[in-house]
Amino acid sequence: MKAAVMVRVKPEVLDPQGDAVRRALEKLGFEGVRGVRVGKLIEIEIEGDADPTLKARLEKMADAMLANPVIEDFEVKLGA
Amino acid sequence: MPSSRATVVIFPGLNAETEMLRTLSLAGFETTTAWHTDTELPARTDLVAVPGGFSYGDYLRCGAIAKVSPIVGAIRAHAERGGFVLGVCNGFQILTECGLIPGALTQNAHMRFECKDVFVRVHAEGPFTPKLDTVWRMPIAHAEGRYQATPETLARLEGEGRIALVYCDASGAVTDAANPNGSLRSIAGVYGGASKNVLGLMPHPERMSEPALGGTDGARLFEAAFAHLGKRAA
Repeated sequence: MKAAVMVRVKPEVLDPQGDAVRRALEKLGFEGVRGVRVGKLIEIEIEGDADPTLKARLEKMADAMLANPVIEDFEVKLGA
Repeated sequence: MPSSRATVVIFPGLNAETEMLRTLSLAGFETTTAWHTDTELPARTDLVAVPGGFSYGDYLRCGAIAKVSPIVGAIRAHAERGGFVLGVCNGFQILTECGLIPGALTQNAHMRFECKDVFVRVHAEGPFTPKLDTVWRMPIAHAEGRYQATPETLARLEGEGRIALVYCDASGAVTDAANPNGSLRSIAGVYGGASKNVLGLMPHPERMSEPALGGTDGARLFEAAFAHLGKRAA
């Protein structure tokens, strides 16, 4: 069973990396890129099939370690 | 009277433990070390120091992997007993990840690794920062030192006198130009713990602690903690 945890920098937290990527895209000639935010995609392989507790377990993992709730939001996707 | 004892905790990937041990020793502490896999601190530990470096290669986030190390439970228990804990640079990042200090340290606003001397001003008195408005010169060496916290947390830190140090210029003026990483409110160091017994800061006081290093301002912070512990024991 595969799952993914997407970690994003909270909207109110400055993301200098995203700004640098946006400027680089501009330099490459891509027009109209208003903003870029860089996050993380964490792919997780879990033993067995999905069970009703899986999403909650993954959210616990994200909250405990994969994301820092002070500066990041996360989203869990099953069966990625 | 037995001397105060400082334990320097070593996580894999740290690189500032030698100067931390030496500075603690020069300030009067009896020093020892603990390894990240230890589950207890050495007996009679008064102060735990978590030095700088790149614990676990900064994987995931600075300090994120270190927080699940076996020794962290012992550091937390020490802090909850009122014991002193000092985190410098990566040590500060580790203490925020562990929740011993509120907030988080994020990528410098301008994306560069900053390695230079800066000035900091004592913004709140505490065991490591005895005199308000004292200005100290200390080096920084970090890419992720931009202090972030929610407006509610910032208000609480200010209200409780936990903003220990702020970046400033040589005259003590807190300006945007003197803020090397874009930290909110120019925050360089923050107190945690019930009695401000936990301090995290991004600058390296242990690298400005004897004349051969270009200055001794950093030594004042360690001497203050040592004096405070001596008074407490007396």
